[in-house]
Amino acid sequence: MAEMPPAAGLYLHIPFCRSKCAYCDFYSMTDTSLIPRFVTALCNEINQYEEEFLEFDTIYLGGGTPSLLSLEEIESIMEAIWRAFTILPDAEITIEINPADRGRSELAELNDLGINRISIGVQSFDDRELLFMGRRHTAEQAAQTLEDAHGAGFVNIGLDLIYGLPDQTVRRWQSSLGEALRFDPSHLSCYELEIKPCTPLGRRLKRGDFASQNEDTQRDFFVRTSELLEEAGFVHYEVSNFARGMERASRHNQKYWDHTPYLGLGPSAHSFRGARRWWNHESLDDYLHALENGMLPKCGSETINRDELRMEALFLGLRTRKGIDMQQFKNRHGIDLMEIKGSELREWSRAGLIEIEGSHIRPTRSGMIVADALALF
Amino acid sequence: MENIRNFSIIAHIDHGKSTLADRLIQLTGVSDARTFRDQILDTMDIERERGITIKSQAISLPYRARDGKDYVLNLIDTPGHVDFSYEVSRSLASCEGVLLLIDASQGVQAQTLANLYLAMEHDLEIIPVINKIDLPSADIEWVLGQIESELGLDPAHHLACSAKEGIGIGDILEAIVQRIPPPTGSPGASLAALIFDAQYDLFRGTLIHCRVFDGTVKSGDTIRFMFNDSVYRVEEVGRFLLTREKRAQLSAGEVGYIIAGVKTVSSVSIGDTITMDEKPCPKPLPGFREIKPVVFASIYPISSDDYEDLAEAVEKYKLNDAAFLYEKDSSIALGQGFRCGFLGLLHMDIVQERLEREYGLSIMLSVPSVRFRFTLKDGDVLTVDNPSHYPGPMAIEKAEEPYIRAAMMLPDRYLGSVMNLCIEKRGTNSNLRYLSPGRVELIYEMPLAEVIYDFYDRFKSMTQGYGSFDYDLIDYRQSDLVLLDILVNGEKVDALSQIVHRERARARGVHACDRLKEEIPRQMYKIAIQGAIGDEIVSRSTISAFRKDVTAKCYGGDITRKRKLLEKQKMGKKRMKMIGSVSIPQSAFLAVLKSDTDS
Ligand SMILES: Nc1nc2c(ncn2[C@@H]2O[C@H](COP(=O)(O)OP(=O)(O)OP(=O)(O)O)[C@@H](O)[C@H]2O)c(=O)[nH]1
Ligand code: SF4
Ligand SMILES: [Mg+2]
Repeated sequence: MAEMPPAAGLYLHIPFCRSKCAYCDFYSMTDTSLIPRFVTALCNEINQYEEEFLEFDTIYLGGGTPSLLSLEEIESIMEAIWRAFTILPDAEITIEINPADRGRSELAELNDLGINRISIGVQSFDDRELLFMGRRHTAEQAAQTLEDAHGAGFVNIGLDLIYGLPDQTVRRWQSSLGEALRFDPSHLSCYELEIKPCTPLGRRLKRGDFASQNEDTQRDFFVRTSELLEEAGFVHYEVSNFARGMERASRHNQKYWDHTPYLGLGPSAHSFRGARRWWNHESLDDYLHALENGMLPKCGSETINRDELRMEALFLGLRTRKGIDMQQFKNRHGIDLMEIKGSELREWSRAGLIEIEGSHIRPTRSGMIVADALALF
Repeated sequence: MENIRNFSIIAHIDHGKSTLADRLIQLTGVSDARTFRDQILDTMDIERERGITIKSQAISLPYRARDGKDYVLNLIDTPGHVDFSYEVSRSLASCEGVLLLIDASQGVQAQTLANLYLAMEHDLEIIPVINKIDLPSADIEWVLGQIESELGLDPAHHLACSAKEGIGIGDILEAIVQRIPPPTGSPGASLAALIFDAQYDLFRGTLIHCRVFDGTVKSGDTIRFMFNDSVYRVEEVGRFLLTREKRAQLSAGEVGYIIAGVKTVSSVSIGDTITMDEKPCPKPLPGFREIKPVVFASIYPISSDDYEDLAEAVEKYKLNDAAFLYEKDSSIALGQGFRCGFLGLLHMDIVQERLEREYGLSIMLSVPSVRFRFTLKDGDVLTVDNPSHYPGPMAIEKAEEPYIRAAMMLPDRYLGSVMNLCIEKRGTNSNLRYLSPGRVELIYEMPLAEVIYDFYDRFKSMTQGYGSFDYDLIDYRQSDLVLLDILVNGEKVDALSQIVHRERARARGVHACDRLKEEIPRQMYKIAIQGAIGDEIVSRSTISAFRKDVTAKCYGGDITRKRKLLEKQKMGKKRMKMIGSVSIPQSAFLAVLKSDTDS
């Protein structure tokens, strides 16, 4: 069976935030006065790719905080997209929303623009935790935004949560999670808090203000999250992602994990097609400068060789419940995993880290926790 | 020939041989302020880093003596450590005399005696030289007494110097000229040159170090290696100054090098005689005594693909280290490799490091062993230096292991703890004497296997560096020996097996399991480590699986970064040996021999 070239994904990075969260190492800035110039530049970038790219069946407005843009600005971006690219019918179009940025009516208008999936950055239902993370909303505001999203007609509602905060107990995390489930989301992203040295939390950690969770507790968090959500009817389809049935899984994000082409626009966005990956300037200044001078804002690229591509396919595949189809892997990467690593694979299977079914290998829950190490063999 | 003097400087370790060589080199003007550095003859990085001489090094010194005549003094600086005594004995075959150095504060030590005996075997003129007379603790009278009583030499003929301060050096040069006889032999006779060392050069082939006893050799000559009758054309001859110096010819009595385009490493054998193809000498020179390795271990490439490279490297390496013995070997756990014999643990350590450094290899060493002797029920006698050849308890009538006589010198305040250590190591027949107030010499007879096993490290830390330790092999003694196997996840790792005394076996097993637990990094699943004697499990430890190893987020921008990180980790893993599905780092194999006290 020949593989149909899958439709690509389109990512738009909106690099503004009202204030910086304490754990965040993304590129975003708090000076919102540059937004109009940015929107023009972004539309400009969209137009430059007009000829080149394929069809898209997912669009993802992420950031940063896309909900900082006005409706008009979002509308002009969407229009530019529709004009420039072929967007397949039934495309999944997602926007990230920060709680309290949008009321119900505005959310309804987003829905009217064709945006059919909404991802809300709730992070926690505990105000003390929100404060610790430097979030500028309360649990109550998050709850309100969730209600509003339903009210505005969104069916596909996801929310982001963060666990594993210093001093957080698995129990307290479970109650945050339970609270989230009350809003009947169709998707949940549950990320373990990773404290990077360059962030405010990183500096506090170094100062010794608090200690991070040990590996055993981190594992408990992970396992409990997975168990609880699977009991509640979710599919644990990627290390940090859960969906109420695979049809609710983020179609866009899955493209990152199976080497489907994607185009990333906006500062610091990454694109991938074939064996090439390229990326834009991180800084908004450089980004604007390039586009305002008629150039693409690309700042780097790489051609991924066969070995590298294979390695990526392995570690990305093993992050997902879908796992790796060894037949397909052989066709694409020229290596029969069973043939060269059969004994390891069987050993892992015996150890309960993966399941081998026909030509498929899938990480189990315990396998997913060590997915990076699995990919090293 | 009348004006040539060939001599070696010999002594116990650290008594100042290389430092004295420095002074001789400087005083004869071979090195000036610009080219000089301390212990200039210790040319290998590994010698400089460790501050010891590993290889003998020859150098020719021009000298105008007080009699107004010009001489060429061929000096060979030798190593003092017992593990490199083969270097000394080969050097002596090229000499007519020696300077026997004795540290004025330490006096006569084990290698002073051992090296003296070597010199006497070769019938050499021996000039005792007391060194380090500048030290406040120098006791010349006491050393003179030892020269007479312990060395049996005439103390009236001694010299005294401080190599460090440059005191007494001129008299040493004069004594070399006056007391060491010139070489005999005839430049007109058939060529007879003894190969005492060699090294492989990528461009020029094997560089042969030799001493010419008879005849003359020059470029263009056709020479013959007597042991295999292979024939080569000489491209260049010369002698050693600080660097190689090309010369028209080398003739009887001289020490130098020959380059003859020898690319086949196996053509050159240390101890062989070189002669002329046309006019061979009647019989080869005596050559060298046989090497008797005392420590054995197997070497494997970390990656089995590198076996061929390793095979080539050991062959070339052997040229430059005649004391190193090897033969093909294979391990169930580690694949193809070489079983090697070493003159001691330091020698083993140096071989591993030189192979890695000089040939860019990553290698792994099995647990070292001594050579045991088993008399079987059917009367056969079997020597076993590789635990995988252990004959099995049912077949053994009598087991024996090598014993040493250990001589330790230490401040008496450490006496109690060192004696306890020796007893723990199955030491017997102790003997104690005071060398001076506060300093004792302690003698014990001990199984060599116990010394290999963490003795030295513990001794050093116990005496806080103030103790010295030496040993001689004395004999084989009956012993109750069993085979201790190590299993990793149920799989026997033959390279970790040890033959041990029955009473020690359980403790060793516990120790090995504990050390391996520290050395083997956590992996995807639990690793069980077990020590077993036959079917009986005597010890165990468990390495728990790592708990979590995956990053939370992996979207567009994270993928390249993540891949690079994993590629790096993969490289690191390549430096480990896979046994079944467990990666074992190089360090694990030696760690089972290390004590808990050193970190
Ligand atoms: N005080 C003093 N120290 C000396 C003298 N000669 C050598 N030393 C020191 O003794 C140490 C050992 O000197 P080396 O010349 O390396 O000794 P060696 O005999 O060549 O040692 P090996 O080659 O390892 O056997 C060095 O730290 C020297 O500086 C001396 O005359 N007086
Ligand atoms: S809103 Fe998102 S992008 Fe902005 S600072 Fe917070 S975590 Fe970072
Ligand atoms: Mg030396």
